[in-house]
Amino acid sequence: MTMAEGDLAVAEVAFVRRATIAPRPPPAEMTGAIGWLRANLVSTPFNIALTVLIVLLLAWAVPEIVRFLVIDAVWSGSDRDACLWTVQHREIGACWPFVWERLPYFIYGSYPIPQRWRVDVFFLMLAVGVVWLLWLKAPRRDLGAIYFFIVLPVVSYILLTGWSAIGLEPVDTVLWGGVLVTIVVASVGIVFSLPLGIILALGRRSRMPAVRTLSVIFIEFVRGVPLITVLFMAGVMLPLFVPEQYSPDKLVRALVGIAIFASAYMAEVVRAGLQAIPRGQYEGAMAVGLGYAQMTRLVILPQALTVTIPNIVNTYIGLFKDTTLVFIVGIFDLLRTIEVARIDPKWATPVTSTTGYAVAAIFYLIFCYGMSRYARAMEARLAKGGRR
Amino acid sequence: MTADENSGSLLKPGRLRTETAVELIQLNKWYGDFHVLRDINLKVRGGERIVICGPSGSGKSTMIRCINRLEEHQGGQILVDGVEVTADLKKIDEVRREVGMVFQHFNLFPHLTVLENCALAPIWVRKMPKKEAEEVALHYLKRVKIPEQANKYPGQLSGGQQQRVAIARALCMNPKIMLFDEPTSALDPEMVKEVLDTMVALAHDGMTMLVVTHEMGFARQVANRIVFMDEGQIVEANVPDEFFAHPQHERTKLFLSQILR
Amino acid sequence: MPSDLPAQPRPARVVFYNDPKVRSIAYQLVLCTVVALLVYGAARNAIDNLARAQIASGFGFWNQTAGFDISQTLIEYSSRGSTYGRAFWVGLLNTLLVAGLGIVFATIIGFIVGISRLSTNWLLAKAAGGYVEIIRNLPLLLQLLFWYNAVLKAMPDIRESIVIPGGLILNNRGFFLPLPILKGGLGFVELSLLGGVVAAVAFYVWARKRQERTGQRAPVLVVTLLLVIGLPLAVFALVGRPIGFEFPQAGRFNVAGGIEVLPEFVALLFGLSIYTAAFIAEVVRAGILAVSRGQSEAAYSLGLKPGPTLRMIVVPQAMRVIIPPLTSQYLNLTKNSSLAVAIGYPDLVQVFTGTVLNQTGQAVEVVAITMLVYLVISLTTSLIMNIYNRRMALVER
Repeated sequence: MTMAEGDLAVAEVAFVRRATIAPRPPPAEMTGAIGWLRANLVSTPFNIALTVLIVLLLAWAVPEIVRFLVIDAVWSGSDRDACLWTVQHREIGACWPFVWERLPYFIYGSYPIPQRWRVDVFFLMLAVGVVWLLWLKAPRRDLGAIYFFIVLPVVSYILLTGWSAIGLEPVDTVLWGGVLVTIVVASVGIVFSLPLGIILALGRRSRMPAVRTLSVIFIEFVRGVPLITVLFMAGVMLPLFVPEQYSPDKLVRALVGIAIFASAYMAEVVRAGLQAIPRGQYEGAMAVGLGYAQMTRLVILPQALTVTIPNIVNTYIGLFKDTTLVFIVGIFDLLRTIEVARIDPKWATPVTSTTGYAVAAIFYLIFCYGMSRYARAMEARLAKGGRR
Repeated sequence: MTADENSGSLLKPGRLRTETAVELIQLNKWYGDFHVLRDINLKVRGGERIVICGPSGSGKSTMIRCINRLEEHQGGQILVDGVEVTADLKKIDEVRREVGMVFQHFNLFPHLTVLENCALAPIWVRKMPKKEAEEVALHYLKRVKIPEQANKYPGQLSGGQQQRVAIARALCMNPKIMLFDEPTSALDPEMVKEVLDTMVALAHDGMTMLVVTHEMGFARQVANRIVFMDEGQIVEANVPDEFFAHPQHERTKLFLSQILR
Repeated sequence: MPSDLPAQPRPARVVFYNDPKVRSIAYQLVLCTVVALLVYGAARNAIDNLARAQIASGFGFWNQTAGFDISQTLIEYSSRGSTYGRAFWVGLLNTLLVAGLGIVFATIIGFIVGISRLSTNWLLAKAAGGYVEIIRNLPLLLQLLFWYNAVLKAMPDIRESIVIPGGLILNNRGFFLPLPILKGGLGFVELSLLGGVVAAVAFYVWARKRQERTGQRAPVLVVTLLLVIGLPLAVFALVGRPIGFEFPQAGRFNVAGGIEVLPEFVALLFGLSIYTAAFIAEVVRAGILAVSRGQSEAAYSLGLKPGPTLRMIVVPQAMRVIIPPLTSQYLNLTKNSSLAVAIGYPDLVQVFTGTVLNQTGQAVEVVAITMLVYLVISLTTSLIMNIYNRRMALVER
């Protein structure tokens, strides 16, 4: 194409534009669905091959999952016959009647049926606490913190274990199971790991050698061993270290193990947050006359915790998944109740196990994915809100 | 074949094959729906120094980044020393060997020493022996007046020193054309002069330069032409004296009033 | 006059209980006393309780006969002749085996998925993203149980084994692989492999020197492959194929021959690899993103092609960011292998903290030893990581 003369030529030295060029839409090959496809999926032969491969994979996997969960699934029935190919003479997908019948067991375990309203109240109170703390526009969130970290644990303990003096029949923790246990273990872990983690983190950064050494030993020891061994330690060694009459019950032992484990990891997360606070903050607080405790409480910790909220939530997600390990020390969390239920001969079919695992997967996906979305939203807010 | 491999000493500036170093013909580019470069026409002769200025978002960086295909254009043509810049990989390689670029944020390779930064491309692209490449590197480090830093790492240098190393690194490939994308915008004020002095010396050696910058003192000193861009198009172009003394277009006048205090 | 200078004021005497140094010492004394009292109290209770339950103390159990079978042993072990100590080593080796293989697979899968997430191919990026999101949000135990119960135990019966050409048999007793049998003449192949490796290294060094001298590059990759793979293969064929295979034969009740791989092992390996790969993918992605785009732009503008740019500019910088969290994931995988106890794979925890503890009742010693093993692994790795970090830190002002 030859150079145009006159108005558009800048070959010679001086040039002044007369008429502004208005913006035009891009050429057709670039825009719309075609353009996007070209750029993203079929730009090179390698890309084309990859796209075809993945489309094939999805074309097999997605219909399979839908088929299993919905189309070929059995929705009603009273025992294994409803889900057996030999009886029904058709392709069988998920055996939902198994889930409907066992759902109360999955949720409450063996908690006495007339007392299950107490568990429902506990769930409700917990939900209120969580929303109160996490919803940023909620009123008086400092009260919410007191509610969540102090009031809720005490009231829930009384409510769930019972107190004959006020008419709540005692319920042994052996009977607890399913979602109730999972939520209790996770909540205890969450409630205790943050305060303990903060103390340990402050201890690790302390200038007093004894405090620092003890904190480091504790943190590195707990982080260096698998959670299983900590649970075993709590399970078999705790009763030994305590005089016989105080021997804690199985659930308490597992809770202690989880709390110890989670605090060590939380301590490192909080420590990273503390390290991110510039020295100027400490100096400003001291210059104003604040003592160590006040400075930490009013200036340092609020900033450190805010900065590491995404990491704190990620640690909580890990904690939530780790609650499944109490399975191995004989506690009936959700996973264990499903394991027990799926080998019940009444419902023995080839699809029962997969159905059970699907239920567990859905439960954990909802909670963990929900938490990770919250963490990401917080991260975006923090990044936007103008860091230092 | 190209004569550069047998050019013997790389110490003289590269010779252009044609008279026109860079030619942009009806250059158009879109980012999605946004028309970022509109009907750009520009001809740069060998040895010319063009300063490109304009408000942020006017497309000046995008324009020079199209020249060495760091950005793709969708309309029009770009010719570098007679070679058209297209999606053809061989052409792109040819162009990139002859065009050097200096970035706003230096982009030195932090895990290599200064000497290794400069010698990397001659060794791996021009296939030079290591000794020769290091000699060339030292020559250009002397040109930018920091030969003593050869064995340091970029992290140990000041901003001004790093940018001068970046200039030397680009020069080691003996380019025929040098592109500068706001080379002093990321520098502390006291270091801007040392970099500008280096660029002035380069200009006096006859290098063809396209410089995107706000440094109008530099423009007055060495530019043959100043090109003012706004909203993706070239609004005005003139020799520096005329450009500053008698701006014609309204937008030019507004821009100059804002940056010249 | 100098002698009339007023006396320098001395710092006021501090009341001792306000002196920060005194306070600090007091706090620490109190803390240490409390900790010491707790430890003492716990120990006393433990001794009392153990005595009451008539459980032995000390490490004498190490040399007692084990008396139980282990389904997978990499070293000599028999229920009648081997000691608890031997069982410990069997378990430890099983742990290291599954952890080592798991690390290899998880790294391969993790790098592929991590790089895929950055691909310009939208489908690939989203598919990789989906994998990471789903796997990371499901508990590892759930995934292990799924692999073990819903996949491996659901494999067909021995009579309907899945037979894959090439000598692979799959059924609900495990996976059966061909067993390599080494015949005479193997020595030549091994020698040629060694020779090939030495020659390849020598060639690499020579090519490097030549490049420095003259700038010309030699086809190192092709030559290396020829020497290290092609040469031994040629010798292998020439000498009459000295490696035979004993292929597993599926009978009615048994599979004869071949190597038997436990379904527990397979399930644990799959579960660990796939789970950890999702986390490694994120580490790799973060590492590559950490290298600013300007680095590759500068390399391209110098005329470097994408291959060398990746190799010399992007990957070295990315690896600095990737390696510390990568080792952290490796450690996690090793610790997570302890979940073997849930599906019955005889790893260290299952054998030692499970069976041995049950039989001897000596909980304190057994759990302590197990924890010590993992602690040693963790702390050694941390130490090596610290040394690596210090050496690789970018030199700055």
